[in-house]
Amino acid sequence: MECTGAQILLESLKREGVEVLFGYPGGAVLDIYDELPKHPELRHVLVRHEQGAVHAADGYARASGKVGACLVTSGPGATNTVTGIATAYCDSIPLVVITGQVPTPLIGNDAFQEVDIVGITRSCTKHNILVKDVRKLSMTIRRAFYLARSGRPGPVLVDLPKDVMQAKTEFIWPDEIGMRSYNPTCKPNVNQIRRTAEELASARRPVLLAGGGVIMSNAATELASLARKLRIPVTSTLMGLGAFPATEPLWLGMIGMHGSYAANLAINNADLLVCAGARFDDRVTGKLSAFAPKARIVHIDIDPTSIRKNVEVDVPVVGDCRLSLQGVMEICDTRFAGEDWADKHADWLDEVGEWKESKPPAYQKNGNIKPQHVVEALFAITGGDAIIATEVGQHQMWTAQFYAFTKPRTLLTSGGLGTMGFGFPAAIGAQFAFPDKKVIVVAGDGSLQMNIQELATAVANRLPVKVVILNNRHLGMVRQWQELFYNGNYSSTNMEAQPDFVKLAEAYGAEGYRIEKQEDMLPVLKKALATSSPAFIDVMVEREENVYPIVPVGAALDEMLLV
Amino acid sequence: MQRHVLSVLVENEPGVLSRVVGLFSGRGFNIHSLNVAPALEDGVSHMTITTFGDSAIVEQIMKQLHKIVTVIKVVDFTDIPSVEREMMFMKMQAEGPARDEILRTVEIFRCKVVDVSPTEMTIEATGNHEKLEAIINLLQRFGIKEIARAGSVAMRRSK
Repeated sequence: MECTGAQILLESLKREGVEVLFGYPGGAVLDIYDELPKHPELRHVLVRHEQGAVHAADGYARASGKVGACLVTSGPGATNTVTGIATAYCDSIPLVVITGQVPTPLIGNDAFQEVDIVGITRSCTKHNILVKDVRKLSMTIRRAFYLARSGRPGPVLVDLPKDVMQAKTEFIWPDEIGMRSYNPTCKPNVNQIRRTAEELASARRPVLLAGGGVIMSNAATELASLARKLRIPVTSTLMGLGAFPATEPLWLGMIGMHGSYAANLAINNADLLVCAGARFDDRVTGKLSAFAPKARIVHIDIDPTSIRKNVEVDVPVVGDCRLSLQGVMEICDTRFAGEDWADKHADWLDEVGEWKESKPPAYQKNGNIKPQHVVEALFAITGGDAIIATEVGQHQMWTAQFYAFTKPRTLLTSGGLGTMGFGFPAAIGAQFAFPDKKVIVVAGDGSLQMNIQELATAVANRLPVKVVILNNRHLGMVRQWQELFYNGNYSSTNMEAQPDFVKLAEAYGAEGYRIEKQEDMLPVLKKALATSSPAFIDVMVEREENVYPIVPVGAALDEMLLV
Repeated sequence: MQRHVLSVLVENEPGVLSRVVGLFSGRGFNIHSLNVAPALEDGVSHMTITTFGDSAIVEQIMKQLHKIVTVIKVVDFTDIPSVEREMMFMKMQAEGPARDEILRTVEIFRCKVVDVSPTEMTIEATGNHEKLEAIINLLQRFGIKEIARAGSVAMRRSK
């Protein structure tokens, strides 16, 4: 039977297991939208801005581990996805972004709503493809999903000209992917695994560093078993939060620019650093020449380009984090079964324990509402049983520091690109993946306004997403840098002119709450989080609170400013 | 900073060249010369890229090239026995006694004269990078009007 391109596309998406498609219609994708109502298994979520569609698909993917999918039109629809695509690319999130394109005879003619989106997104996608022949459509979709989810995951863009959506051919679902040029290495080299185990066996001051790769490869269990058995303290990057329970004694806190005193000191005093699924970003390492100066380094990563890109390593392991950690554990269980790990690392654990106790994440209470206190209250109320999305800035760092993440995929945050406006739509996506879970956005008053229009999406779909605004009427993180590094020249960071978020929420048909006094905080938060409606909870926090510790740019990790 | 000759096999798909070139520009790597043409196998193109960099940079370039989904194979010929050639056309100012002198040089370097007019000569030269540089140096004094030079092509020697 002959099918149109639009039919083949939707059939292919279903075969790939897509259940939710975040999108926004337009001229070039009208044929697809015409077909959509005939496929009720494929739930289409109409967002209010294409950037929201990509972030929502991204949040859906981060929370569920599945590939997120979205559909937008050509031209401005396509360009509006670019920030979302780059966000997903930086954090290795599997997405398939489908863009409409003008009909093939018009391509290159500066047609209405035409852009070369394949050219534009070449450097921020894992791969992208313009489909010019309807007979190649099903294979292209199949490959796009395979590329997105395999190896180091990432966003894949498929550009579909309107005439290809109208053209007809027989629908054939390919059995084979058939790509000779793409073979990611998942299984680690046995020798490198053996060397890793040997390094662990001879180390006296080891540290495990978990990155987003541990979460992506579902390796949290393996990481925790290894840490517990070998009695090794664990730190993580921002992307790795939730890979190891922050409530456990072996947890050091996050590493890096706003990392904990204990984690940063442990890194710089360790004799062995085993890094899994992190890429040694500059926000993680601080001054490179002074990073982990006493440590031998084992680096496990599925992407060979991550290894030796920034940091010289002693044992490179190219492979999936879960398989690699499993392999290391097996050798520790057999060849090193007789080791008394607890005894071996006792002194080291005492030392890091002292660092942890002497300078835990802290803040001064003064009667005003402290943003850190709000984050602590959220953890107290949810008991950690929630999906937390953040925007980008001070509130993001306070969430990382003061919310004790215990499970993977419970923090959705734009780590690599640092995209303000990510959190709210990402939370909407996550709520679609987990309709019964509590999904909370910790937002700043600045970031939230970058995709605030998605409140309409939340209301239209009756999603109980809660947005807790740590409202300091500043672009707080930039203000902090101006205070610390730009002589207090507060250029364009005062945001006193802002909407009444409570009235705004109500205008959209959501609930609005405001918390102005500390004693109101817990009862109002509890009340607001308990309802089944989307809500903005506008918390008027200390206006000039700073995030500490902070490692100034160019300084070593142990040169933190603590207050 | 050593010179490296990279041989890259790619799927001959639209956009593959800009993926490779974009990688170099986007990551601040340098392309000294680039040659692209169809390979033996249908649907495959062979690129020869010459670049300068220390070993860490070239390692990163190789890995990044390999990461491109449509790149099939990447080989660094620097430490592998291989043959390498460049090709060049040179349009020379050639009048009076200079014509003989130029022809003698052409013979010594086994070049060819491929076009001639009363005042100009176009010479075709083939060789490795150094040989072409030497020809240019020698003929410069007669007046070179134009040079069209192809990127290097290279092939591994048989074992």
